[in-house]
Amino acid sequence: MAKQSIVPFGPQHPVLPEPVHLDLVLEDEVVVGAVPSIGFVHRGLEKLVETKDYKDYVYIAERVCGICSFGHGMGYCEAIERVMHIEIPPRAKYLRTIWMEMSRVHSHLLWLGLLADALGFESLFMQSWRLREKILDQFDRMTGGRVIFSVNTPGGVLKDVDDEMLRSLLRAVDELERELRPVADSFLREYTVGSRLHGLGVLKPDQAVELGAVGPMLRASGVRYDARMLGYGAYPELEFEPVVLTAGDSYARCELRLRELTQSFALIREAVGKLPAGPIAVPVKGNPDGEYFMRIEQPRGEAVYYVRANGTKFLDRFRLRTPTTSNIPPMVSLLKGCQLADVPLLILTIDPCISCTER
Amino acid sequence: MEPINEIIPIEMAQFLSTVIQFKMDKMRLVQLCASRLPGQYELSYCFAKGLDMWTLRLVVGEDEPVPSITQIYPCAFIQENETAELFGVKIENIQNDYQNRLYRIDRETPFKEKG
Repeated sequence: MAKQSIVPFGPQHPVLPEPVHLDLVLEDEVVVGAVPSIGFVHRGLEKLVETKDYKDYVYIAERVCGICSFGHGMGYCEAIERVMHIEIPPRAKYLRTIWMEMSRVHSHLLWLGLLADALGFESLFMQSWRLREKILDQFDRMTGGRVIFSVNTPGGVLKDVDDEMLRSLLRAVDELERELRPVADSFLREYTVGSRLHGLGVLKPDQAVELGAVGPMLRASGVRYDARMLGYGAYPELEFEPVVLTAGDSYARCELRLRELTQSFALIREAVGKLPAGPIAVPVKGNPDGEYFMRIEQPRGEAVYYVRANGTKFLDRFRLRTPTTSNIPPMVSLLKGCQLADVPLLILTIDPCISCTER
Repeated sequence: MEPINEIIPIEMAQFLSTVIQFKMDKMRLVQLCASRLPGQYELSYCFAKGLDMWTLRLVVGEDEPVPSITQIYPCAFIQENETAELFGVKIENIQNDYQNRLYRIDRETPFKEKG
């Protein structure tokens, strides 16, 4: 047996925008074990629900993470609305769906940029993030914010959009789709990118389910599950079929996210075309009493929002199980057997969001 | 048809056998979490198959040991460590037990008391 050595990886590392640590057990340059450590920036935001009015807590939920901000606000509000049996107006459902898909676009483009950066492909990194700016500009135009824009409230949304905003969004989506093609080609056809990703970190379907993988990790392994199929927002009225690939390797996870970008463009176009007129919120009176487990599909995968209310304005419990929490165990499993040089790429392919995990 | 989203109260005696049955039925562990009740903890273990989700609801006394499910679902280790560390739930035999050092926090069991 080769001599084993332990190499600490992180919490500060060039490919990690946020702190996570791994103790990598190596035999020569092959990883034979990995022990993850998180908790460097734990904030205890779930606890604040006990001392904040449940309506005000939306602002906390949205600040769990910058990238997943809109989805967290939406997931929390949807859970409250189910406890209180509130049916939000159709226009609010469509607006939430449009903003959710825009969030997916900006999150996936951010991830593509980080992947390119990890590969040392600087021009591809810059092109990915240049494209991301276009969708952030549309958020700015529609909501007044680029990343955290506080538009969710129990009962609907706080901001409406006008026709000019929608035309501008559709123009931006057309532009993005056109300009994404050469960028996607680089990710999918460049020899250097393919040689780093093909066959790296293969997760089989049974393994993905057993290890609790969610989102692109799960679907790139051939499992057809996407929380958007559960029927929240306007998704039941849109043409939606989850993107599923079968290879289960890092290349498949990259290709899946690229395909989901195209799918999000189509969903945005369809939702804008079907956006009904009418109010954007209903008045919410009283306090919630009851509990609900709400699941939504964040860009990184299924997130679970649990609320437990007691009839007062303060909730007993709010629990957020983030996609990264579920994707760390499969990531640790994938690391076993890989080369030390591939560790950064494998970590990136789960698209870790430590800010969410350290809520 | 609406997907199932059901909470199933369960006694400790049936808990592990039910989890094993779920594993044999190829269910995915969705999440687990604790809530505080007076003098007790309420533990919720969510499992899904396809779009349907079932939540096992276990109520335990404050000092009552709870068996870890990491022997059955190894991926539960982060959430079990979190539940033990933040609430003080006495979860026994966690594979990869961080011994209350998952999070680098100063206060012990900060979620145990309300407010």
